[in-house]
Amino acid sequence: MSETLASTFTIQVDGQTVTVQAGQSIMEACDAAGIYIPRLCDCEGLVPQGSCRVCCVDINGRIQAACTQPAAPGQVIGNETPTLNAHRRTLVEMLFHEGNHLCPICEASGRCELQAMAYRLGITQASPYPYLQPVRPVDASHPDIALDNNRCILCGRCIRASRDIDQKHVFDYVGRGIHKRIGVSAARLAETDASLEDEAIARGTCPVGCILRKREGFDTPVGQRLFDRRPIDLDNAVQHHIPTQAVPAHIESDPP
Amino acid sequence: MKKKKRLATASLAGCFGCHMSLLDMDERLLEVLEHVEFDRSPLMDFKGFRQRCDIGLIEGGCCNEDNVHVLRQFRENCDVLVAIGQCAIMGGLPVMRNAIMHADDPLRECLEEAYNESPRVLNPGNHIPNDPALPLLLDKVYTCSEVVHIDFQIPGCPPSGDTLYQVLMALATGKKPEFSYGMIKYD
Repeated sequence: MSETLASTFTIQVDGQTVTVQAGQSIMEACDAAGIYIPRLCDCEGLVPQGSCRVCCVDINGRIQAACTQPAAPGQVIGNETPTLNAHRRTLVEMLFHEGNHLCPICEASGRCELQAMAYRLGITQASPYPYLQPVRPVDASHPDIALDNNRCILCGRCIRASRDIDQKHVFDYVGRGIHKRIGVSAARLAETDASLEDEAIARGTCPVGCILRKREGFDTPVGQRLFDRRPIDLDNAVQHHIPTQAVPAHIESDPP
Repeated sequence: MKKKKRLATASLAGCFGCHMSLLDMDERLLEVLEHVEFDRSPLMDFKGFRQRCDIGLIEGGCCNEDNVHVLRQFRENCDVLVAIGQCAIMGGLPVMRNAIMHADDPLRECLEEAYNESPRVLNPGNHIPNDPALPLLLDKVYTCSEVVHIDFQIPGCPPSGDTLYQVLMALATGKKPEFSYGMIKYD
């Protein structure tokens, strides 16, 4: 009994009291309490890596990524604040400007988490950043899968799913800085052992239209797609989740 | 009677779909016309500005020198300049020619593909159109806000008739346009 008491504590999120199981990150505690923290690179069932920074929250005055930051007793956290949403808007705008995100021609449009995040944050007006319009390769060599790097936001969800769940290591980062991109474990995707059954290739693992399952595009009519009528929120975040029984043991963090 | 706002519209490097979407307001166009009157616009066929305008709507980005010329005229002659649709906002489909895979000279490669190399093109003289009457193509496609200051953007491909109606009515009655969730679409 005393162990149960010691292993839970509370934090404040936007004035709401949230009970935390010791060892949970702020993201996990908020997910369990039904509070949505916007995110792109984090996906339930994958090791959090804190690279997109969209989930940044204000923890006792410091801004930190909720997906990697452990919850600690007495934390006072701001989530849906105008300042944080302004930061998130800037981050998402920069992602749009860094790649070639042509929504009108993309088959992920309507179920794309990057697009949905921009809708949620209300991005309509011009941003001060230039469109970089990079020249990035498309790899359509695989009979069932296409890889369009122009739309990649480097969230690394495919890397983690392929490494930890499929145990195949098909994807990894190559290059550094602005030249960083997703590489495959062979010269072309066709020469890897990637297959449609992989969790890394499953729809919803890639948040954008970078990893495409061939012959499945545009299967949902406009108006009925995931984010056509409702914003991205906790329900769709959980709907997209990767089965937790597949999570390897080393991801389970030890209670402090 | 209250003075009507003057509205000018132009289609640059776009497909005219956004102007079609204006017509998609259906009978609400009559309601809009109680608040605005058209100046230069493909819907009216005036080729130049008749007087200074309150609102200018721009569809499409800039892919040739004529687009830049028209866009600058709109900036000079309109109080509020609104970019409508993805082409005006981020280049849209025409912007695909900027980053054609591995091309050192994307414009040249685009023209070669369109007029010579595509297997379905019959062009015995390998002639790429170069008549002096044609506006010169720019090195790449530019968004409207890269060329002039843009006051408002209405995203969509095209923005729906409902969205255009609400934004136009807000601008015509001197309010700041607000976008509810369903009004923001990038496709």
